[in-house]
Amino acid sequence: MRQVYSILVNNHAGVLSHVAGLFTRRGYNIESIAAGPTEDATITRIVIVAIGEENELDQIAKQLRKLYDVREVEQISYNQAVTRELVLATIKAPITKRSEIIQLANAFGAQVINMTDDTVTLEASGNDHKVRTLLKAFEGYGISQMARTGMISLPYDGMPDDWEPIA
Amino acid sequence: MAVATKARSQSTKKPAKLKPKKISGAEIIYRSLEREGVKYVFGHPGAILLTLLDLFLERSKIKHLLIRHEQCAAHMAEGYARASGEVGVCLTTSGPGATNLITGITDAYMDSIPIVCLTGQVATTMVGNDAFQEADIVGMTRTVTKHSYLVKSTDDLAETIQEAFYIARTGRPGPVLVDLPKDVLLGDGHYQIPEKVDLRGYKPTTKGHPKQIQRVAEAIKESKQPLLYVGGGAIHAEAHKEILKLAETAEIPVTYTLLGAGAFPSAHELSLGMLGMHGTAYANYATMECDLLIAVGARFDDRVTGKVSEFATRAKIIHIDIDPTAIGKNKAADIPVVGDARLVLAEVNKLVKPQKRALWKKRIQNLRAEYPLTFDSPEGAPIKPQEAIVALSEEVGDKAIITTEVGQHQMWAAQFYNFTFPRQFISSGGLGTMGFGFPAAIGVALARPDKLAIDIAGDGSFQMVMQEVATAVQYGIPVKVFLLNNATLGMVRQWQDLFMDRRFSEVDFDSSPDYVKLAEAFGASGRRIVDKEELRPAIQEMITTPGPYILDVIVDPDELVFPMVPAGSATKDMIVRDSRKKVLRGKLSALPDN
Repeated sequence: MRQVYSILVNNHAGVLSHVAGLFTRRGYNIESIAAGPTEDATITRIVIVAIGEENELDQIAKQLRKLYDVREVEQISYNQAVTRELVLATIKAPITKRSEIIQLANAFGAQVINMTDDTVTLEASGNDHKVRTLLKAFEGYGISQMARTGMISLPYDGMPDDWEPIA
Repeated sequence: MAVATKARSQSTKKPAKLKPKKISGAEIIYRSLEREGVKYVFGHPGAILLTLLDLFLERSKIKHLLIRHEQCAAHMAEGYARASGEVGVCLTTSGPGATNLITGITDAYMDSIPIVCLTGQVATTMVGNDAFQEADIVGMTRTVTKHSYLVKSTDDLAETIQEAFYIARTGRPGPVLVDLPKDVLLGDGHYQIPEKVDLRGYKPTTKGHPKQIQRVAEAIKESKQPLLYVGGGAIHAEAHKEILKLAETAEIPVTYTLLGAGAFPSAHELSLGMLGMHGTAYANYATMECDLLIAVGARFDDRVTGKVSEFATRAKIIHIDIDPTAIGKNKAADIPVVGDARLVLAEVNKLVKPQKRALWKKRIQNLRAEYPLTFDSPEGAPIKPQEAIVALSEEVGDKAIITTEVGQHQMWAAQFYNFTFPRQFISSGGLGTMGFGFPAAIGVALARPDKLAIDIAGDGSFQMVMQEVATAVQYGIPVKVFLLNNATLGMVRQWQDLFMDRRFSEVDFDSSPDYVKLAEAFGASGRRIVDKEELRPAIQEMITTPGPYILDVIVDPDELVFPMVPAGSATKDMIVRDSRKKVLRGKLSALPDN
C-alpha cells in the first residue's frame, strides 16, 4: 500500500534529516519526499509518500508524531486532499515524431520548455494518476532524462465534519 | 533556534526593563540544574567545561562526581533514575567524552529511563570544521534519545534545559541530550524560562479514554482465565498499588517482564514470576492458556513472546501503554488504551467487581507443581549460582536494591530473588548492556542511602567496568558486588552448549584477575568463597563491612538457565525442568490435564 503523509515540522536545522532518518531506522520505504516552507515561516511542510503494509503505515504516523520537532502528521487519502507533482522530462523526439509528441503533450496540458534537433523537454504537473499516465504515454518514444519533485499535498478546506471519504 | 527565541519573547510577557542581568552560560546551567532539583551530576571533565566545573568547587547544592569512564557516568545516572524515579544527569566533554556516553544513552532509551546528558561541544564557529575533539553528537544520538538539542545561544540555555528535563520525565520517559558549545558556555545571557513548558507537538496522553476503560472492565468480567502481563512501564508510572488491587479484586494471576520485576510481589500467591525466554514455565504456559491478556506498560518484546505469531493465541489482548507506538507494533491489540498505567488502572479498578476464579487458580497451581522453578545442587558439587542468589535473597531480602549485569546471572537473579517492592530490581533489559550493573549500583546507592545497593554480577560483565571501584572508594559509596564468577561468558556458552554441540569458542577466560586483590588494590575489601557453607557467613560479612566490597563467589560454569524458549521459537517449544529436576525439551504434551 502507498500512503501520503503531510507532516508539519518546526523549521529547525536538521529536522528533515531527523524525519528521513526515522524511515531508515525503522526500515520503512520512502517513495518520494518533498519539503518546503508554509504560510508560517517557523513551520515547514514535508510530504512523504511511503510504501508498506497497512499496520506499518499507521505505525509510521505514530512514530513520526513522537519526534519532538513534528507538530502534525496527516495521513492523506486522495478524496480528502489535493495532491500534485511537477515533472520535467526530456523525450527523444526525432523530427518525424515531433508534432505527434507535442500534440500528446497538449492533451496532458504539459508545456514545452526546450527543444533540440532530436529531443523535446516537457514540464507537466498533476496528481499521481496523471503523472503516471503521462509518463506511460511518453515511454514509447523514449525518455532520456527525467526529474520529479515528489508529491506535495494540501487537505481540502471546508470539508464538513461528518463527511466520510469514499474508500 | 529562531523559532524558540520568538516563542520565548511572547511567553515571558515581562517588560524589558525588568529583565534580570546577564549571567554566564555556566551560571545559567548551574541554576537550571538547581531548579530541576538535581542533587548529583555524574561527569568526566574536559577543557570545554572549565567554567562550569569551577562552580562545583564552592557550591554545595549539587554534587559532581568524577567518574572514571563516561559510559559508566551514563549508567550511574540511569541507576539513580531507576531507583528514585527522578531524572539522572551526566556531564561530559565534547568528542570522545560525548561518544563514550552513547551506549548508556541507548540503554536508557531502550528501557525508557529519564536521563539528561549534557555534553560539551566545540564553539559554534568551529562546528563542522572537524575541530579538535569535535563529534556530531546530536546527529549520532538522534535515534537513541527522545530529543537531542544543540544550543546555539546563551539566551536559549535555560529554556532548553527546562525542556530537556520536561521531555525526559514526561510521557514515556527517556534520555535527552543537550550539546553545549564552548562559546555558549563562556558567553553571557539571560536566565529566562516560561512558567510552564508548553511544547507544540509534544503532548503525551495520560488519561485513558473512558470508553476503552469501560471495555477493559467488561472484558475482565467476561474472562474466565485472565492474565496480567506487567512491564517496566508499570514501574515508571508507579502503578504497583493499582495492579495489586486489580489482581486481588478480580483474582487475576500476574506475570512480569524482566523490567517489570518488583511491580508485583514475587511471592504473592497470584504471582507467576517472570515470563519469556527465561521466564517460569508456569508463567509461559499461562500465556498459552489465558483467554485475556492484560498488558500494562509492556511492549511484547521478542524475548517475551518468542515467535510472536504463536504468542497468547487464545487470548483477547488489552494493551495499556502511554506510548501509542508501543501498541500494535509487535502484536495487534483488541482493546488498546493509551495512557498512564496508574491513572488508567485506577479508573479500571473503579469499575471492576470482586470475582472468584477457582478453576483457573487451580490450573495454575497444577502447572506450578509440575514445572516448578528449580535447580539441582548435589552434595559436594561447586556452588550453584541459583543457590547463591537464594542465599542472598534470604539474607538481605528487602533491605537491598539489586542491580545486575547482563547474562545468565541476570536471569537467575530475576528468577530466584524474592522482590517485594517496585524499583528493587534494576537491570538492563532492552539493550542488554554488559557492564551496566556496577555503575548503576553506584547511582542506586546515592539515590537510596536507606537501602543496600548490591550488584549481582557476572565476571565477564564486571571486567568491562571494574575501574569504577575507584569512584566508589573515592566517594565512600558502599556498593556491594556479588560476583558470580564462572570464568566464562556464561550465556553465550549456554547457547554453544545447547545449539553448537558444546563447541565452546571464545567464551572462556583462561586468565582472570584475582578479584580480592583487585578490590584491595582500589582500596576496597573483598573475599573469595568456593564452598556452599561459606555462602551465608560471607554474605553477612559483605553487608556488614563498610564501603565497597567484592564477594567473589566461584560457581559452576556448566550450569544452564532453564526454562528456556529458544530464540524465535514458540512458547510451547520451551525447554523446562520438571518437578524431578529433569530437563525436558518442548514437552507440552506432558502437561497435566486441564
